[in-house]
Amino acid sequence: MERLPTFSKGGVHPDDKKALSNNQAIQRLPVPSELVLPLSQHLGAPASPLKQKGDMVVAGEKIGKASSFISADVHCPVNGTITDLRKVVLANSVVTDAFVITPDASNPLGEWPEQPYDALSPEELLAIVKDMGVVGTGGATFPTHVKLSVPKGRTVDALVVNGVECEPYLTADHRLMLEETERVLRGIMIVAKITGPKRIIIGVENNKKDAIAMLRQEIARLGFPITVMALRVKYPQGDEKQLLKATIKREIPSGKLPLDVGAVVLNVGTSFAIYEAVAMRKPLIDRVVTISGEAMKEKKNLRVLLGSKVADLIAFAGGLDHEPDKFISGGPMMGFAFHDDQIPVIKGTSGILALDKEPSAKAPTTPCISCGRCVAACPMGLQPTKLYRLIEHRDYERAMAMNLMDCKECGCCSYSCPAHLPLVHGMKLGKRLGRK
Amino acid sequence: MNILFAFLIIAVLGLALGLGLAFAAKKFAVEKDERAEQILAILPGANCGACGYPGCSGYAGALSGGKAQNGLCSPGGAKTSALVAKILGIADEGAGERMVAFVHCRGNHELTKRDFQYEGIEECSAAHMLFQGESSCKYGCLHLGSCMRVCPTNAIHRDEKGNVTVDPEACIGCKKCTLVCPTKVIRMLPARGSHAIACNSRDPGPVVRKICQVGCIACKICEKKFPDSGCTVINFLSEIDYAKPMTQIADAAAACPTKCIVEAKQ
Repeated sequence: MERLPTFSKGGVHPDDKKALSNNQAIQRLPVPSELVLPLSQHLGAPASPLKQKGDMVVAGEKIGKASSFISADVHCPVNGTITDLRKVVLANSVVTDAFVITPDASNPLGEWPEQPYDALSPEELLAIVKDMGVVGTGGATFPTHVKLSVPKGRTVDALVVNGVECEPYLTADHRLMLEETERVLRGIMIVAKITGPKRIIIGVENNKKDAIAMLRQEIARLGFPITVMALRVKYPQGDEKQLLKATIKREIPSGKLPLDVGAVVLNVGTSFAIYEAVAMRKPLIDRVVTISGEAMKEKKNLRVLLGSKVADLIAFAGGLDHEPDKFISGGPMMGFAFHDDQIPVIKGTSGILALDKEPSAKAPTTPCISCGRCVAACPMGLQPTKLYRLIEHRDYERAMAMNLMDCKECGCCSYSCPAHLPLVHGMKLGKRLGRK
Repeated sequence: MNILFAFLIIAVLGLALGLGLAFAAKKFAVEKDERAEQILAILPGANCGACGYPGCSGYAGALSGGKAQNGLCSPGGAKTSALVAKILGIADEGAGERMVAFVHCRGNHELTKRDFQYEGIEECSAAHMLFQGESSCKYGCLHLGSCMRVCPTNAIHRDEKGNVTVDPEACIGCKKCTLVCPTKVIRMLPARGSHAIACNSRDPGPVVRKICQVGCIACKICEKKFPDSGCTVINFLSEIDYAKPMTQIADAAAACPTKCIVEAKQ
């Protein structure tokens, strides 16, 4: 049998735990009694508020305006009233202003009929994507219009769509590919019209065979020039650097972007959001979130309005089976532990996990034995053990010189460390203090 | 016979190389500033960096070269600045007031509520990255002792309850601890100050009441009833102005309902 392609350097194989939720069809979360909609749901500058306390808002109305080029608009998910504008803490410890919105009891949801978009020019399409507040839904929440703005003189060789979903537990993208195949594909074709790539590839890990088959079947039916590439299962293949290495065999140099090697990388969730933005003029106001983890009573994939509180999601999934050791927003490898179930779902929330002691256990740490497993596991080719030691000794300058900023906190080093050293935590600390 | 050869060769070699070294020492001698040597001998030798120069020798060199201001050495204080002035033949302007570090928090896991339990690197900045620390109070001490580890004189101690205190006698005023503290709860005070506010919370009184038993609740008793205590409540936190007489500070401390005005020397 032919070996499937993957990236070459580093990587780990955590238990994917996807069977918990990958056969759960996407359900809609009923409109909660209150939404908390942060103004900073994306990478870059927070949006500036356009409304005040007491204002009436309608679904899809722009209530936060992008404050710079790398920023994104924020839209109201429901018809209702703004009852407050206050500071909230998000799962990633970011403190930001947020609108508190009480949805209209009788008619909270907006309607978005499909409309033709074939006649629109690439510039018009890009303007719509920007206007609808679309950001990358994979987790990094990079504003999509920035990604799709190809500078003059640059050509895009490959459009690579990320259907990898390499984080354990998460199945939101998987369900989207299965249930909304046609819309995801049409979203990809819209991006193709904007960026004009020579080839279009969807990378999907081989643990989602049904999604691969479904995508291939629909591509054949619709006659799109898209190739589906089955990839060998390895974490962190869903990172754009590893995905490009696996699919088009190109390596992004340190500090550069995919566009520098002639590629645009996009998540399947983002393509779906782009389809809705362009074909329905519907802003990014909801997303699919995986509810999973051993301590959760029912595992689900939910279509959730942004701003819904985690407590509402957990309640809809039948509550907790037993007291979890840890709540995680995102996946277990790169997600954020949080303690407050009142935090809201934002554009980048891919999952809400309630983990047992066993998978999240913190074993006692022992000194580094210089075994080099972290070095072997690091997909960026860094030396986590050396970096960690430098950071421990507050020598951030030398850590920076050893390319600490290339670390993307994927967690492979901590995962593979037999001494259970909190390596990623150290890297995060070093990056934070070294930047100053 | 052979042994004699060996002996001779070594003796001749030793003589030749020794002469070479002696010649080089004379010929390539680096002229040293005598005064820098003298100043280095006077400086405390803690290499704490409080003066802003890389260690004591850096400061000594800068002083003798006339590039640095006298009196920047906080560990040495007035004594050192007077001696340095004598060596350099300049007027002594004094070293300024002696300042010591003080942890403006007496909360701990028993007295202050916690939002969650932190598991991670034993480093205050690392804990601060996660929701600004496990304590419900986001202004207070994180109890992980980063300040203790950077203190060059081991003047900072932590008791079994997690309370971190500075020994004012051992503190040399280098400010290293104030730089590593993510909540800036450890700050400098004049060493002569008899009392200090042991709270750093800018939360309103009702909030503080809910989460901490020893926090300043901004009741303003110290400010209103004891106008000569030097206390003023700014941003829900009492602050002492050490330039004021502070005659009533002991009474204010006794009257403080949460006892967060404490004696600075303990």
